[in-house]
Amino acid sequence: MPEPTLNSYLLLSAVLFAIGTAGVFLRRNLITILLSIEVMLNAVNLTFVAVDRFRGSVDGQIIVFFVITVAAAEAAVGLAILIALFRHRESLNPDAFTSLKW
Amino acid sequence: MLFGISRELIVHLVIIGVVFLALQITAAILVYMERKVAAVIQERYGPYLVGPKGLMQPLADILKLIMKEELRPKGADVVLFYAAPILSATAAFAAFAVIPFGADTTLFGFLDHPIHLAAADVNVGLLVIFAISSMGVYGVVLAGWASNSKYSLLGGLRSSAQMISYELAYGLSFAAVILLAGSLSLRGIVEQQDGYWFGFIPHWYLFLQPLGFLIYLTAGVAETNRAPFDFPEAEQELVAGYHTEYSSMSFALFFLAEYVNMATVAAVATDLFLGGWHGPFPLPPGFEWIWFLVKVFAILFFYIWMRWTLPRYRYDQLMEFGWKWLLPAAVLNLLVTAGAVIYMGW
Amino acid sequence: MDAISFWAFAAILVIASVLVVGQRNPMHSVFLLIVSFAALSGLYVLLGAPFAAMIQVIVYVGAIMVLFLFVVMLLNTPTEEAPAGGPIRRMFGAGPRHFGAVLSGVFAVELALALRAASTTLPGTDRGTPTPTVYDIGVRLFHEYGFAFEATSVLILVAMVGAIVLARREAR
Repeated sequence: MPEPTLNSYLLLSAVLFAIGTAGVFLRRNLITILLSIEVMLNAVNLTFVAVDRFRGSVDGQIIVFFVITVAAAEAAVGLAILIALFRHRESLNPDAFTSLKW
Repeated sequence: MLFGISRELIVHLVIIGVVFLALQITAAILVYMERKVAAVIQERYGPYLVGPKGLMQPLADILKLIMKEELRPKGADVVLFYAAPILSATAAFAAFAVIPFGADTTLFGFLDHPIHLAAADVNVGLLVIFAISSMGVYGVVLAGWASNSKYSLLGGLRSSAQMISYELAYGLSFAAVILLAGSLSLRGIVEQQDGYWFGFIPHWYLFLQPLGFLIYLTAGVAETNRAPFDFPEAEQELVAGYHTEYSSMSFALFFLAEYVNMATVAAVATDLFLGGWHGPFPLPPGFEWIWFLVKVFAILFFYIWMRWTLPRYRYDQLMEFGWKWLLPAAVLNLLVTAGAVIYMGW
Repeated sequence: MDAISFWAFAAILVIASVLVVGQRNPMHSVFLLIVSFAALSGLYVLLGAPFAAMIQVIVYVGAIMVLFLFVVMLLNTPTEEAPAGGPIRRMFGAGPRHFGAVLSGVFAVELALALRAASTTLPGTDRGTPTPTVYDIGVRLFHEYGFAFEATSVLILVAMVGAIVLARREAR
């Protein structure tokens, strides 16, 4: 079993980010899209902490702290918008909100 | 070296096993204690038939729970329905992993150098406890949802909203103690509480933070959904709240989780405010955990006493109390403590 | 021991994330995301960042996911319908979604190739660099990042007010 190097953590983070991106592109449910965005944010957090260990500093952890906080704010506002949209159209499918499409 | 495994590893494994077993035994003792104390408060006999003075009653309860039929409502989400009590019980036990319950000991010379008496010793121990108690919310809310029943859903939503509301005051009362102690590790906080002022007042944080202690206990009682904050489980209003549809072992797991959560809140209160394992007269080395147990059971007795004495808060009164009274009080406590630490160098 | 933990947590993380993206029922997605966050927290502990690990559990798992859970329960949407057509058409048919899938695949491969070029090792804790403590984090947080800290608190206040206003029912 090979010892994990910085490379393995970065690779894991890249895979996670790609999974999140795929989720945002492919899913037809607004909640799952928001969840995929959270997956992407976590991939970035993992990169920060991994590089932090490599450089021996704590700046990465502090930035992770801020990213998590901003993600909380963004999730709250995103879900509030989602609730408002749901009340309007009774559907969580993004294809239902196409009235501005020409 | 024993079979190629070091002594330290064996001792650690034994300690983990001991903590696990002790929690289960505590839950059993609490079942008995609750019924007996309730009986004394209500001037009647408690259980007295099973075993001498009813001491085998918990055993009878557990046997009964195991042998009941396991039911599941139609339309319940199978995975989540069974995952919820497991999650609740796991979170309850996991929080106890970082609570130290005794001083450093060499186990009467079995080991070369002293080890900490705790299942795991992390230097962010207090954050771990807070984190795991926030995970305990999921057992409740998933149980409410997965049962596919309106009593459960309402009870689950109310219960989880109550738990997350009181988590704020809970965390802020921690913050004041962390300021005083200068450490996030529970062992460090207990070690700061050694010694006496004026020769007889012990150096407990209870005396430096009386408001903090009250806030912590109140928030802890609300977190574990015990009276007087147990509206979500109130028999008269919601049948049994989020665990209405559960029977047999799943219900037993919720039951166990509630008692172990009580024990965790009591243990953390003992470590943070009541000086942990330091007692009035020093016990022989290797036995300090006896003081810890005495204090924990004192707080548990107080818990049970409160349940059978105080009337229940209505849900909106409960939420108003948590947000409008307890949270500002906790913030005020933190500010005053911070001021005292800076200006008086405590 | 480190290696086994890393591969175990990484496997749980990746599998849970793939299932989050692939599940039909949003409730299950949220639950699986909680599992993946817990695995990620374990990885942070392995990387010697217990503070980040605990903040992840407290804020992400304990607060944000509860928010998601409440919204999913209150909206009570039915599970998403499966797209029409057989499996081949679903995977390789034309349409913006499938283009998106191809793009994600290309992105993943690109990232992997780019990262393969840099090959570095993580210093162990016994290499002389002391593991940073929460105290160090606190000192840096309030000195270098003090403005960001205060700005974040204003941001959270704004988000709270915004969320309440946006989700409010219109007064008739």
